[in-house]
Amino acid sequence: MATVEELKLRIRELENELIKSKQKQSDAEHHLRPKIDKMSAEVVDSNPYSRLMALKRMGIVQDYELLLFDYDKVELANMNRLFFQPHQAGLSKVEAAEHTLRNINPDVAFETHNYNITTMDNFTHFMNRISHGGLEEGKPVDLVLSCVDNFEARMAINTACNELGQIWMESGVSENAVSGHIQLIIPGETACFACAPPLVVAANIDEKTLKRDGVCAASLPTTMGVVAGLLVQNVLKYLLGFGTVSYYLGYNAMQDFFPSMAMKANPQCDDRHCRRQQDEYKKKEVERPKQEVVQEEEEVVHEDNEWGIELVSEVSEAELQDASGPVPDLPEGITVAYTIPEKDGASGETVEETDQSLEELMAQMRKM
Amino acid sequence: MADEATRKAVSEIPLLKTNSGPRDKELWVQRLREEYLALIKYVENNKAADNDWFRLESNKEGTRWFGKCWYIHELLKYEFDMEFDIPVTYPATAPEVAIPELDGKTAKMYRGGKICLTDHFKPLWARNVPKFGLAHLMALGLGPWLAVEIPDLIAKGIIQHKEQQNS
Repeated sequence: MATVEELKLRIRELENELIKSKQKQSDAEHHLRPKIDKMSAEVVDSNPYSRLMALKRMGIVQDYELLLFDYDKVELANMNRLFFQPHQAGLSKVEAAEHTLRNINPDVAFETHNYNITTMDNFTHFMNRISHGGLEEGKPVDLVLSCVDNFEARMAINTACNELGQIWMESGVSENAVSGHIQLIIPGETACFACAPPLVVAANIDEKTLKRDGVCAASLPTTMGVVAGLLVQNVLKYLLGFGTVSYYLGYNAMQDFFPSMAMKANPQCDDRHCRRQQDEYKKKEVERPKQEVVQEEEEVVHEDNEWGIELVSEVSEAELQDASGPVPDLPEGITVAYTIPEKDGASGETVEETDQSLEELMAQMRKM
Repeated sequence: MADEATRKAVSEIPLLKTNSGPRDKELWVQRLREEYLALIKYVENNKAADNDWFRLESNKEGTRWFGKCWYIHELLKYEFDMEFDIPVTYPATAPEVAIPELDGKTAKMYRGGKICLTDHFKPLWARNVPKFGLAHLMALGLGPWLAVEIPDLIAKGIIQHKEQQNS
């Protein structure tokens, strides 16, 4: 006789299957664009890829694959801000995301993993997929994007990318939902996530006026949309090589302020792989031939300039900063979530020296 | 900030020395020994102060921990199972303690029953890496959480006392 739990699980499984088969039906009914066998470069109205293929002719990547990692399930509380739909409630987020995205673009390959990357069991697999899950199996991925909502997951991604020398972009939205940021991290070259305490886009709200009792984080789909747009924009610039890729770009929704900057790696970072990457980067920099930056003076030609309009060079806000010291020297609008004092925090007795083995200590604990 | 009683209890927990996580093989064993030493001392302190409120044990590798915690409210003893994994980035990041049976019963909880700690905890932990360990997590994380949430849940009638428990 099955238990109530087992029956609930079975109902959940059947519901999922029903959702999937309904989706397949509706796909066929709505004549969603079928998978294209061969991507054509021809510029034609009916060719949905003409613009993409124009990029292809410029020598850009031809195929795309997305690996998705998440360990949550879709629920109704997500409907205010994520792109899931109510009928997907109960599915794992990665599964639901794959369905929706595949309908939008059947030519992208997907690989989904519904697990918590911070546990020992899964972390090794996670690292393995980063280093071998590229478009060509066995090669690393081109870019990792972090869209998680907690410090622990970011640290785990940071640890993995430092160890693998994997370039990644981190993104986030604050707990009060009115600020967010994106950050490009190149292990050894830029600050990693552990190089400094978490950066915060200053909200110019008196923290004491924020009511916190009884609530956890707030969320606004609009803030998330902006940050997502900034992130994808930065990804496109990075992958396709146009514009300036921001190392750090903040978004302060209250004042519509977008502070940007770059932060160098911290030679005293707690993560030893970060320090190792920094050494390797320094070696590479020494060996690289110095590129002469040739200033090309462009002649601005106008018949007349009645209004006296001048072209003024844009002063870049980004400054390369050293992250050493208790509070990094940050531009206006960016601060740290907290500071770590240079001298040690708590002082007091440390654990005693003992010859007891781990097994003996475990047994002692059990007997208490 | 933590109240006076919590601060005093924490100051009597020995600090840990080895900065290593579950991926560090030999050094992790050393860290585990220190974790157990600190936990044993903390439990002994609690017993002496007539406030023995939790037990913890781990799997052989020290990566999964589980146990029980108790809270006394109006002379009744409430017992809860708890568990947590050691994250790969420990001790830079603290484990997320979970009380599965309370999942969904309070807003101060994430999915799966992971307790939601106050803003003060993370900076405090970050400032004291690697000296804080699981005993400190109990004293600064789980303890205060129980003290706030359990009376509230009882008052709202969301949890009831099991008949078998006696104070």
